This record gives sequence, C-alpha cells and structure tokens, in this order.
Amino acid sequence: MTCSRRDFMKQSLGALAAATPACAVVLLTQEDARAAVGDSKVRWAFLVDTEKCVGCGLCVSACKTENETPYDAPVTRTWVERYVVTKDGETHIDSPLGGRDGFIDDKIRDQTIEPDDIAKAFFVPKLCNQCENPPCVQVCPVGATYQTNDGVVLVDRTWCIGCGYCIMACPYGVRFFHPVHKTAEKCNFCYHRITQGMEPACVQACPFEARKLGDLRDPEDPVTKVISNERVAVLKDEYGTKPHVFYLGLDEKVR
Amino acid sequence: MYKHVLRPLWVALAVIAVVLVARQFMVPADFGVHGKTFTYGFYRLGNVEEWKAFPVKYQGQSRCAKCHTENSAEIAGSKHANIECENCHGPGVNHPKQVKKLPINGSRDLCLRCHQFLPYPGSLRSELPGIDGAKHMRRSECRKCHNPHHPDLEDM
Amino acid sequence: MSAELVVHGAEWTAKELFVYPNEFIYWSIQIVMYPYMTGLVAGAFVLSSLYHVFGQKDLKDIAQFSLVFSLALLPVAALPLLLHLQQPLRAANPLLTPHFTSAIAAFGIVFSTYGLIVLSEIWFVYRKYFVEQVAALRDQPGVSSSLRRAVYRVLTLGAYDTSPGAIAADRKAARILAAVGIPVACFLHGYAGFIFGSVKANALWMSPLMPVIFIMSAVVSGIALCMLTYIVIMEWQAFRSRRCGGLRKASEISGAETEIIGKASRYLLGFLVAAISLELLDLIFRGYTAMKSWDILRSVMYGKDFVNIFVLQYTLGNLVPFILLVLPKLTIRRTVVALLLVLFGVFMMRWNVVIGGQAFSLSFAGYMHYEIPLIPHSVETFKEGVLGALMVMATPFFLFWMINKFVPSLRRDLETGQS
Repeated sequence: MTCSRRDFMKQSLGALAAATPACAVVLLTQEDARAAVGDSKVRWAFLVDTEKCVGCGLCVSACKTENETPYDAPVTRTWVERYVVTKDGETHIDSPLGGRDGFIDDKIRDQTIEPDDIAKAFFVPKLCNQCENPPCVQVCPVGATYQTNDGVVLVDRTWCIGCGYCIMACPYGVRFFHPVHKTAEKCNFCYHRITQGMEPACVQACPFEARKLGDLRDPEDPVTKVISNERVAVLKDEYGTKPHVFYLGLDEKVR
Repeated sequence: MYKHVLRPLWVALAVIAVVLVARQFMVPADFGVHGKTFTYGFYRLGNVEEWKAFPVKYQGQSRCAKCHTENSAEIAGSKHANIECENCHGPGVNHPKQVKKLPINGSRDLCLRCHQFLPYPGSLRSELPGIDGAKHMRRSECRKCHNPHHPDLEDM
Repeated sequence: MSAELVVHGAEWTAKELFVYPNEFIYWSIQIVMYPYMTGLVAGAFVLSSLYHVFGQKDLKDIAQFSLVFSLALLPVAALPLLLHLQQPLRAANPLLTPHFTSAIAAFGIVFSTYGLIVLSEIWFVYRKYFVEQVAALRDQPGVSSSLRRAVYRVLTLGAYDTSPGAIAADRKAARILAAVGIPVACFLHGYAGFIFGSVKANALWMSPLMPVIFIMSAVVSGIALCMLTYIVIMEWQAFRSRRCGGLRKASEISGAETEIIGKASRYLLGFLVAAISLELLDLIFRGYTAMKSWDILRSVMYGKDFVNIFVLQYTLGNLVPFILLVLPKLTIRRTVVALLLVLFGVFMMRWNVVIGGQAFSLSFAGYMHYEIPLIPHSVETFKEGVLGALMVMATPFFLFWMINKFVPSLRRDLETGQS
C-alpha cells in the first residue's frame, strides 16, 4: 500500500483544484455587479459653521426622532459639544445627553464658571465624517458596513454581527450599538432623505444655518464654493481618513 | 508511501466543501464587491435600497404652509422665521391623516434652548436675547406672555 | 427604559471629565478572555512541538499532554467571542463573507486551519491506540463498551494498518504537522495582536510591536498552563497511588519529574524575557516621542493604572516569577508559585491592553472606568461579567477531561505514534 511522492502531490492537488471552482463562481460575477451600481454623479459633503451654532440642540432632537434612535438612551448619531475656555488656560468641555436638550445650565459638571473668567466659548456640532478612507469599513469582518458610490458609509443591519470592531476603529467616536437593533449604528447623512432631494433632519432643524449639506461634484453648489474658496478645517486629519465634514471657525482646542 | 496518511486531508477537504456549499445557500446573491475596491465596497447591494426606503418623519415648513397659511405667514414675518414648525410641534409625517392634532410643546425648556443667556464671548449664543431661566418668571410658561409665532418685545 | 433597550457598555462604564457621548467600554472582560485563551492554545501547541519537531526527548510526556490540552482549549478560544457578539446567531458570517481587510475575518480561516492541524496530529499520534481499542473491546459485553468501540471505530477513520512501516509513516506525518503547526499557531495569536495593533484610532493599541508582544506572552502563558496542569495531574496521581497502596506500576507514577519541569522552565524564561523587553521598549518609545496622546496615556499608565501595570503585571507577573525560576535548586512547589504568577501576569497584560486602551476617551480629555459586573441581573451582565469569565476559564478543563476518556494523553506506558 505504498504510493510515490508524485502520486501524493497529484492526489492532493487534484482535490484542491476540485474545490476551487466553487469559490471562483462568487468572485467572477463582480464585473456585472459593478455595472449595476455605476459611478455616482454626486459626492456628499457637510459644512458646519461653528460661528453660527448657539447650542440649541434642536438638531440632536430632530435626528433622534427622524432616525428612530431611542430618545432617552445616551447615544446619538449627531451631537453638540460645548467648549468654555477660561482665562487661566483651562478648557471645560461637556455634551449633556449629546446636547439633546440644548445647553441651559451654565454649570459644567456641577462646576460654576464665572462669566468674567471666560476667555472664549463656543459650540461644535459633530457627526459622522463619511470619510473617503473610512477605517470603520476597513475593519468590518463581514462586509456589513460599506461606502456607497456617493460617499456615504452605511451599515447593513441584517448582516452586522455586533463585534464592535468598527466602533473601536472610528477615531471620531461617532459609532455606537443601537440599543434595540443590537447592530452598529451611526449617522448616514439621512441617506433616506437626501436621495429624494430633501435635507438631512439636522440641517433642516437648525434655525441658524450652522449645518449645510452639499455635493462636491457640483462646482455651483454653495457648500462646494465655501469649501473651495474659504478657509475650512477638518477633524483629526492626522489619521488619513479624509473626512468630508468641513468646519468654519474650528478652534485649536476642539477635540 | 502509506495511503492512510491522507485520510485527515480528505476529512479537511470535506469540511471545506461543506462550508463552500453552505455559502451558496446562506450568502445573499447580491453580496460582493460593488464599489471601486474590496476594502470599502464589499457589501450586500440590496441594503442601499433598504436604507433609501427608510420612512421620512420631518416634512419641512413648506408643507405646513400649504394648509396653515396664517400661522406660516405670521412666523415668516418674525424673528422666528428660520425655526421649523416641527421643531416645536414634532414631525408632521402622520398629520393630518393619522394624527389630527400635532402636540404643542409649551415648556420653558424649549425656549431656553436659545434664550437662556450664556455669557460666551465670540459665540452667537451671547448675542441672542436671553434671560436667566431660574429667575425670570420661573413659574410660568414663556408663551403666556410671548407669542412664539411672533415674539416681538414691542408688542408687550 | 424598557427591558429590551440596553445601551451596551453603559452599565459598566463610569465616565470622568469629557468623554464623547457614544463612547463606552464596548470591549470588556470577554475580549480580555479571548486573546488570553487563544494565547494558551498557541503556547500549548508550541510546547508540544518542541518535542515533536526539535526532538527534546525530555519533554515527551508533557508534550503528549499539551497537544491534547491544546485541543481542549481551542473551542474555548471561540467561546468569549460568542458571548460578546451582539448578534451571536450570525457568528458564521465571518466564514461566509470574510472581509479580509479586517483582522477579525482571518479568525474563521486561521482558527479552522489550526483546529484541523491539531486534530490531524492527534490522530496520527493515537491511531495505533484507537486500532488496539477496537480489537480489545470486540468481545466485551455491555452497551457502554459497544458504544466506546463504535467511537473508536470512527476515530480510526478506517485505517487499521499497524505494521511498523505504517506507524513510522504516522510518526513522520505527526512531525510534519507539528512543524507546520508552529507558524500557524504563531499566526493564530499574532493576528490577535494585529487586531489591536492596527487600530490607529486607539492611542494605546496602535503599535507594530503589538503582534509580536502578543505571540511572546501567548507562548509564555501556554507553556505555564501546561506545566501547571501537568504538575497538578501527576502529583494527584502519585498521591492517589500512595493512598491506594500502589495499584499502578511504580515506573508510571513518580510525580512530576523535576528534570522535565526544569527544562520547560528554561523555555518559559526565554519567552518571558522577550515579552517584557518588547513591552518596555514600546513604553520607552512612547514616552520619548511624546505624541499628542502621550499626556493622557501617561496619566492613565502612571496614575490610574499604575498598580495594574507596574505592580501586578510587571512585578508580580514578570519579575517575581523570573527570580523564582532562576534561583538554583528549583523545587516543584516554587515552580507552581512561579507558574501561577506568570499566568496571572499574562492575564493582567491582556487586561491592561484591552481595558487600559479604553480607560481614556478619544477626546484625550476624559477617562472611563470599568466596573465589571459581579452579580448578574441580566443576560448581558452575566455574559460580560465575572461569572461569564469564570465559566470560560473552567471550560477547557472540563473538555480536557472528556477528551481524555478517549485519547489518553497522560499514560506513560502507551506506545503511541511518537518518535
């Protein structure tokens, strides 16, 4: 019952070759799939004007209602941060319930700050940056989160296994586990609204036009014009994510 | 060579075959690379349409104006023109077919979102007309004296 | 809040100063257990391979045992992940649609490959025993005997040739698998280190050294656990034979051989030194280059986590066992203390990486404290609490006991397919 080394190689390779076509079938049909999606004419981008934000929090409240994030849960797709910089160089930052009820208390974590001590103070709305190189998509083990051809990063609730790797990989902290669906969740620029010509809920709700959505592929778009012609900044660009939420009036103290 | 040493290999290949067959049944047909790269474009294509079909809640001022012409005109001519009706009245998606009357939020906290004065130099917040909510008429609703659709101090 | 509305992580996270609203400690005790258990798997296999591949004859007995123990540990490595997943019923998805740019996607493939290698190697080593059992149980009466015989028949995979040539082929195959298995075992645990090391968003985890640190400490923990379990079992058998008046042959039961233990400790020390050197190198580099994250990292490592890192892990978990094992005239008792401390030290390393990496906010302006659930009051607080962790720790011993009923890894008189 002996066989030569050549026979062994032949037998094993033959078996492996038999197994290969099965997986090849899945890979070869990508060409057709790509044709179905096509190249997009739109690339969504967001513009936040921190000079205009008053911290009313109506955007956070609207987002929660529009996107069915449980209203009382301490998680939210978008939030507003308050920065109070005192004359001694200390920075006090808070975001009670993400700014859902606005900022009515002048105390930050039960600490009173005297008006005369304040050097500067401002509000910074934050949301998913729909990065060009999203690290959250890179680390998803199952392909449950992905980038659409118009630049928005979505999550497939039927396929997400809830491992949380994407949440750990996001440098901006925009992701969380949906308390009811138990899958990863984050802002998606109200994809269901913008694809029908409406504005995201937060953009519509803001009374001061601190939030705007635009299309970078349209040179006449007012947001595109601001991003191209005025001085704008992004958050944490050192991570190489190429975020697409641009800020006017972003202070160096912003985390 | 003794052929029996290949037995574990056959078992291994059988396991792999089972997984590959299972994939054919358990993975949706539209799952694959749909974007420019495998890194960012590996997903189930049908999910995009599912998100597009997500129900819209907020309708926007222009829809309210179609029926509520007087209130719309009043607020449009006031300093509150840029505040969406639904910011105070909630989303209008089911109105008027399923929900006859939208709620009216008359709480102080709603007004204080903007009008609680905060002494923040450089921020638009400190330029809004504001009060100290803990002191000014703290037992009454703001709308008792201020008309939310036309909050003109001169009228008082 | 209703019962089904659970903000994962909110219950055991206490926030201090400014933390982003959506930040909680999402990766808790089970994610500490997962690299710990995979580390034990890899380490046990490497120990077994030291005998099979590098011909360290003194390690034959412990190698035999650690190979089977490695198999008992393998399913337990996947258990913490099943307990952690928010959607455990979809646990097969990484095998169905693996997104290979993710380190976690490698899990299904590497884990399965490694499992097949370990199972195959055990088959080659014990095939002769299975064949002999089929023959021995043929004329035995009783249902349990015929059931056992049926199991052994399946285990032979139909290969009944026990001629010297066939056995020699078995031994060669086992050696090849042991050699092939070493890089796979390293990969199994190296990629677990890559899971953390490649997360650029986490200032503590992001480091190219992470995969290597994880492999080194994994081998340390695997060797330590095998040595410890081996000592415990051998001493227990010796104790039992003394009490029962020597029912077993004296040559079989002589307690844990000091020579074997001494040899294995040398290897343990080597990997221990490598692991601690890399960790200190990482720390020194961070302090020297002082990147944006250094301020908050320093306050976490030298402040809040000082005891966890420098006292529990570095001193109790590394320095003390090092001294204990290096001092001359090594006794079994001193070894046991050193091994327990090493196992504790490796656990603390996993804890300090996973929990420590979430001790500070992404804002670098706040902290999160992990308050591990002790008494569970819901499914989540059981799965991600102390009881869930203890359950994971206990399972490999139970599995080993079950496997050992069919694959006797502790009997020294057995002429198995080993060289």
